[in-house]
Amino acid sequence: MTVTADHPVLDRSLALHPQVALRPEPFGALAYHYDTRRLVFLKHVDLVRVVESLDDHDTVVAALTACRIPPERHGAFATAIASLLDSEMLCDRTR
Amino acid sequence: MTALVDQLKGGLDAPICLTWELTYACNLECVHCLSSSGRRDPRELTTDEAKAVLDELHRLQVFYINIGGGEPMIRRDFFELVEYSIGLGIGVKFSTNGAFIDADKARRLTALDYLDIQISLDGTDAVTNDAVRGPGSYDTAIRAMGHLRDAGFVERNGPFKISVVVTRHNVDQLDEFQALADQYGAQLRITRLRPSGRGADAWHDLHPTDAQQRQIYQWLLAKGDRVLTGDSFFHLNALGDENLPGLNLCGAGRVVCLIDPVGDVYACPFVIHDEFHAGNVRDDGGFAHIWRHSELFHDLRQPQSAGACASCGSYDACQGGCMAAKFFTGLPLDGPDPECVGGEGEAALAAVDRADAPRPMADHSKPARPVPVALVRK
Repeated sequence: MTVTADHPVLDRSLALHPQVALRPEPFGALAYHYDTRRLVFLKHVDLVRVVESLDDHDTVVAALTACRIPPERHGAFATAIASLLDSEMLCDRTR
Repeated sequence: MTALVDQLKGGLDAPICLTWELTYACNLECVHCLSSSGRRDPRELTTDEAKAVLDELHRLQVFYINIGGGEPMIRRDFFELVEYSIGLGIGVKFSTNGAFIDADKARRLTALDYLDIQISLDGTDAVTNDAVRGPGSYDTAIRAMGHLRDAGFVERNGPFKISVVVTRHNVDQLDEFQALADQYGAQLRITRLRPSGRGADAWHDLHPTDAQQRQIYQWLLAKGDRVLTGDSFFHLNALGDENLPGLNLCGAGRVVCLIDPVGDVYACPFVIHDEFHAGNVRDDGGFAHIWRHSELFHDLRQPQSAGACASCGSYDACQGGCMAAKFFTGLPLDGPDPECVGGEGEAALAAVDRADAPRPMADHSKPARPVPVALVRK
């Protein structure tokens, strides 16, 4: 059975927070927020690709599709992205 | 165990948490000083050498550094280096006893972006604090906190930290430390006492008792959500089903390391000893080469043997504790921590001769003051 993800974050228009830096690591990347001084682990290289491409797409789901993330994984990505939004690593896209 | 923790054990491309002791000079002589500081070392990195290290950390995408000492503000180029680091996008958190934070310096510190300050304090009253940190040091710290408050540091940069090393004598003051932090809009940070530097001698009389360790664990579970710990209490995780927040691993040479004032690189700030010396930033290849290729760091990133702890059900929780704590109390590295909450530490300590324990190196303590001697003619 294919579950189509319908997490509300998928339709949001998001970008990496301007105060956040990403550092590539073998497991994915480290994200550091210079204002909140929080450090977060992006635990998969695919998630890093998606996060980096958010700014080029109108919606999260468009970024997932462009990064060729299969629909059955969209739910898991939505959860991860929602958590990054909670911790202010991501923010609303302004353009 | 998560895949992430396994990854971290295998090491990162660059440290997450890099401590850089800028000088061995210090106005204080704390009995538990992890770097045996006191006198400046003539070989300390010059301003240009320090900037070259910062350039390199920038290339490695190190997000922030923890500056300490000694008392880092004693260096005349302290602000120059901090401003240079921040200019490169490397955030700075520095530890200080506060002696050099007057109203003017507090305003200057407040004006810097990406700067965080830790004021060291080991008692909520002068008697408790000064017994460890020296006469007048309590008043000094409180005065510095007042200057930071008056300068509006918290409003602009967020809470500065009050950094406490938990000992037998201040463990009952944790609530009071929290209240003091609240009073200044600061955040409380508590860390574990290690038998490092001058602490190798002081540890035996200062480290929390078994009952007090339970007290710390319970306090952290109940009230620790606002408190920073540098993940230093993971050995307490063997006390219950609930792990304290944090990575629960020894990060030495994997995610943390130390650069000392003369450029020597050690696996962590608590192991200033040849055995854990990985190189010097002045060597060919600099810091990056050491981080990536040092034999010591390579070894630390291999799976570690649980040794004598292999049969203990708590090993996954406590990971065998702290390498530095074992080393400087003369215990084998693949056995229990001297403060093993399963009770193994005490037995292990009883089985070794304290005199045989490795001595901390790079001692920069000030010379003992001459004691007046009455000359008597026989």
